[in-house]
Amino acid sequence: MASTYTEKVMELFRNPKNMGEMKDPDGVGEVGNPSCGDVMSVMIKVKGNRITDIKFQTFGCVAAIATSSMITELAKGKTLEEAEKLSRQDVADSLGGLPPIKMHCSNLAADALKAAIEDYRKKRS
Amino acid sequence: MNRIYMDNGASSRVDDEVVKEMLPYFSEKYGNASSLHSFGSEAREAMENARGKVAALIGAKPEEIIFTSGGTESDNLAIKGTAAAKCGKGDHIITTNIEHPAVLEPCRYLGKIGYKIAYVKVGNDGIVRAEDIEAAITDKTVVVSVMHANNEIGTIQPIAEIGKIAEKRGIAFHCDAVQSAGKIPVDVNKLGVSLLSISGHKVHGPKGVGALYVRKGTAIEPILHGGGHEAGLRSSTENIPGIVGMGKACEIAKRDLERNAAHVLKLRDRLIDAALKLEEAYLNGSRETRLPYNANFRFLGIEGESLLMMLDGMGIAASTGSACSSKKLQASHVLLALGLPEWQTHGSLRLTLSKYNTMEEVDFVLGELPEAVSKLRSMSPVWRKLKMGGRIEDVHGKHIH
Ligand SMILES: Cc1ncc(COP(=O)(O)O)c(C=O)c1O
Ligand code: FES
Repeated sequence: MASTYTEKVMELFRNPKNMGEMKDPDGVGEVGNPSCGDVMSVMIKVKGNRITDIKFQTFGCVAAIATSSMITELAKGKTLEEAEKLSRQDVADSLGGLPPIKMHCSNLAADALKAAIEDYRKKRS
Repeated sequence: MNRIYMDNGASSRVDDEVVKEMLPYFSEKYGNASSLHSFGSEAREAMENARGKVAALIGAKPEEIIFTSGGTESDNLAIKGTAAAKCGKGDHIITTNIEHPAVLEPCRYLGKIGYKIAYVKVGNDGIVRAEDIEAAITDKTVVVSVMHANNEIGTIQPIAEIGKIAEKRGIAFHCDAVQSAGKIPVDVNKLGVSLLSISGHKVHGPKGVGALYVRKGTAIEPILHGGGHEAGLRSSTENIPGIVGMGKACEIAKRDLERNAAHVLKLRDRLIDAALKLEEAYLNGSRETRLPYNANFRFLGIEGESLLMMLDGMGIAASTGSACSSKKLQASHVLLALGLPEWQTHGSLRLTLSKYNTMEEVDFVLGELPEAVSKLRSMSPVWRKLKMGGRIEDVHGKHIH
């Protein structure tokens, strides 16, 4: 299974971007379940409707870590509306593909980002 | 990069002596062991010579050894074959909840066609109690199947005790000794088994060859019907190079059994002692009643596939029982059988040793392991919560799997 990971996936797994905690985030999204072996947490800072900073923390497989890293890269600098539209296919495509059995991990990344955006909107309203 | 192999429970390096012994049987002595000419008789001789060596490793008679295509086939033949032989007389099979799929799946299949299967549970130490097996026996029990050493956690089951019970009740008793034969003493008479599976590639022999010990007088039907090879129990032209290799591997394993076991025991104990010093690190399965070749840990707050691949990047080959690494995205049934909460089964790491591993390799692994674990923990929201004293059961988002 692992051998079917692309070079890009392995590279981001080894050197993930935007990994870590964030002080005073404007929105936090956490999805997954430790019983299933995956929990993903995305934290965002928003200025003028744009994601200016983003961080993630992930408990999960190689694909989960790489997709987390990828979604943060894709979302950074985007408006909330643009970021919301990012799909699991966008994430998987940017990684040069994922093994079919691992596609749900990219769901998790897209869901965590959406949850963070929702959280931001809820807090503001 | 220098690579370190600590996944010998999956498969092992073929011994150079074994390769040498096998080579003539590809391009010089390539006859069919059933043929009457000289090519046939040299193949036959080599096969019988190997049969004697396999028998010697487990204290059996050569005529009680049936060569197969591996551990999986041996397990299938033992279970389906004894069930078929008792067809109409009984429909109940007893096994445990930590068996290899090569035992569990034939049982599940027989369950689908009408048999009743009792899966006896092991304790938190990964060991089944003989009295629990005894309590499961009914008038309809046709076969009891219990593994000797578990492939994931290395725990050793009380086979001799169960053997006595099975003998008293006159029930066929099968033991999957794929992980123990050639590593710890295995004697079919001391263990009191009627059937015992072994595989070549776990003990520095080739892949795709195994054997089933069938005690004289055991009622069993073949599962492969054809030309009647192997006393009618396993048709198909014998895999002579494989059988020769397996024979040699068994001979070497018997010769060096004590020395190898003492060697790996030192390595294993160093691994366990040092790894358990890491934060929130635990050993899966009994420490005492365990193969000297096996260490299986769980590191809380991280996921096993990630750990495996991180170590692979450092040149260390290991394995894990984590859900994310499995084809079905389910946590290992063996780890769950230990009664662990599901979230704790994810960070498991199995290191399985062989005679080829060295103390230098162990020290290298112990040097890299803490870094791999802490790097993954620094990424993990579960670890963060654990450190803040939160209940992991409370970390709940949307269910994805
Ligand atoms: C306990 C046990 N039984 C059976 C098997 C299957 O053996 P083989 O790979 O030779 O079919 C294995 C190997 O993974 C094993 O560990
Ligand atoms: S996180 Fe479980 S398979 Fe990816």
